[in-house]
Amino acid sequence: MNESQRRRLMSLGFILLFFVLWELICLVFGVSQLVLPRPSVIIATFIDRFPAIMPHAIQTIYTTLLGFGFGILIGLSLGMLIGSSRLAFDVAYPLLVGFSSIPKVAVVPIFVLWFGAGTVPAVLTAMIMSVFPIVVNVATGLATTEPELEDVMKTLGAKKHEILWNVSLPRTMPFFFASLKVSVTLAFVGTVIAETVASNRGIGNLMMIASSSFDVPLVFAGLFVLAALGVSLYVIFSFIESRVTGWTKRQDGLSVASH
Amino acid sequence: MNAANWPDAPSSTTEKLFQLENVRVTFGSGEREVTALADTDLKLTKGEFVALVGPSGCGKSTILKLAAGTLRASQGVVYVAGREIGANPIRIGMAFQNPTLLPWLNIRDNVMLPLKIVPPYRHQYRSKRRTEYKDKVEALLEQVGLKGFADSFPWQLSGGMQQRASLCRALIHEPNLLLLDEPFGALDQFTREELWEVMQNLWLATKPTVLLVTHDLTEAAYLASRICIMQARPGRIIDDRPVGFARPRTVEMTADPKFVSLRENLRTAIVTARHSLGDTK
Ligand SMILES: Nc1ncnc2c1ncn2[C@@H]1O[C@H](COP(=O)(O)OP(=O)(O)O)[C@@H](O)[C@H]1O
Ligand SMILES: [Mg+2]
Repeated sequence: MNESQRRRLMSLGFILLFFVLWELICLVFGVSQLVLPRPSVIIATFIDRFPAIMPHAIQTIYTTLLGFGFGILIGLSLGMLIGSSRLAFDVAYPLLVGFSSIPKVAVVPIFVLWFGAGTVPAVLTAMIMSVFPIVVNVATGLATTEPELEDVMKTLGAKKHEILWNVSLPRTMPFFFASLKVSVTLAFVGTVIAETVASNRGIGNLMMIASSSFDVPLVFAGLFVLAALGVSLYVIFSFIESRVTGWTKRQDGLSVASH
Repeated sequence: MNAANWPDAPSSTTEKLFQLENVRVTFGSGEREVTALADTDLKLTKGEFVALVGPSGCGKSTILKLAAGTLRASQGVVYVAGREIGANPIRIGMAFQNPTLLPWLNIRDNVMLPLKIVPPYRHQYRSKRRTEYKDKVEALLEQVGLKGFADSFPWQLSGGMQQRASLCRALIHEPNLLLLDEPFGALDQFTREELWEVMQNLWLATKPTVLLVTHDLTEAAYLASRICIMQARPGRIIDDRPVGFARPRTVEMTADPKFVSLRENLRTAIVTARHSLGDTK
């Protein structure tokens, strides 16, 4: 067994330990179901109420991915625009930082005002949450392309779009994919917030309703579903990242190996 | 492509592949204006191998950028293949001190890059890249001693091997004008000498016109058929002499008395020029 496998096993054990301790503490101190249900009860509730939970989970995934998809489209185009020249980058960057530091939760009421409660504000919230990391990373990747690499292309008489396609964009891919795994998590957060505040579907809404009727195990079952979805999305996009932009890792790997 | 394919170049100038006429290049403006090149004249005849030597900052790279078309002269005229630059009628290959290979492409695709960009090759890129172009790349890689490395990625190669690949990329589209900006400058002595031989063989095979920038006087005398010495502040060419040694030249020849005395001559010329400027840094 090598070092990384051992670490993975250890963190798995740590997670299990966490749930076992939770279970034991609830049992020993007789914690009420209305305060903190035991993990075993939560899982039983999840299995029991699965048919009711499922449509909400699908709604949440759908909203997240739709918002994230729009986020990618807009993020890529804005990022390419801003990263297209040093000047555009320097001019637009402060405004970008300003926008991205607004707590996005604050825009949910505005979306509800404009579009009414439902799926639309949730999709928009997911989009707005996910768009900024993508814009910033794509713009940074493009704006920091080594002039030497561009010179190689210019000497060959390459047009601007050929330089973009053959050098700048591939060079930016690691930045782009690194932003995706962050963004998809943010999109997910945005979706759940909007569902909690202003929707009649989705896991966020399910948890809202369950808590107002003191169905605490169901609230926690919803939380478990969210955790599972969030981790899965992150893992999927990390995997895509490592597959598509493996060359950056291998470069690092080499310099590490040669020490 | 050959000379016959440059249809309307006047016959008197077809022989002059690259020419600077009274060229001046300045950077910045006002107080901080830097004159990189002043009153520079330079002529390259087709098939010549010219070395540019001189201290750092004397404008050697600036001359290459003028030839490559990535920089405009502030004054004077730049001719490439007898025509004013802009309607650039010839193919140019360039290699730099850093190999500048694209890290996400393997060596084959890196070397093939010019065929994707430069006419007339680009028109058949899609249909030939897996057949004819692939063989062309492999043949060139074999010539520089990189047989079997086509599928490797740049990070898997040593600095010297990356530089060989970079030379291949500069040559794959059979350029009429090859611009080399200190391509062996970052390599160790032994690798450098190996690559001189590789470079000489490549040049002897197709006789492109070459403009080589170097700090290394031995390298200049080994490779070039003509050496131009430059001076800094303001940058200009102060000496221009032919190198007559028979080819193919070998590393052993660099110990020959004639070779040694040429090298010492060059050194003296450069040092004298610097002293006359009061610059002994
Ligand atoms: N983009 C630039 N902006 C300002 N000054 C420059 C620029 N490029 C070159 N120079 C200046 O022009 C002079 C010649 O540069 P260069 O041709 O690169 O020299 P060399 O290649 O001979 O070392 C140097 O003094 C350098 O500082
Ligand atoms: Mg230079």
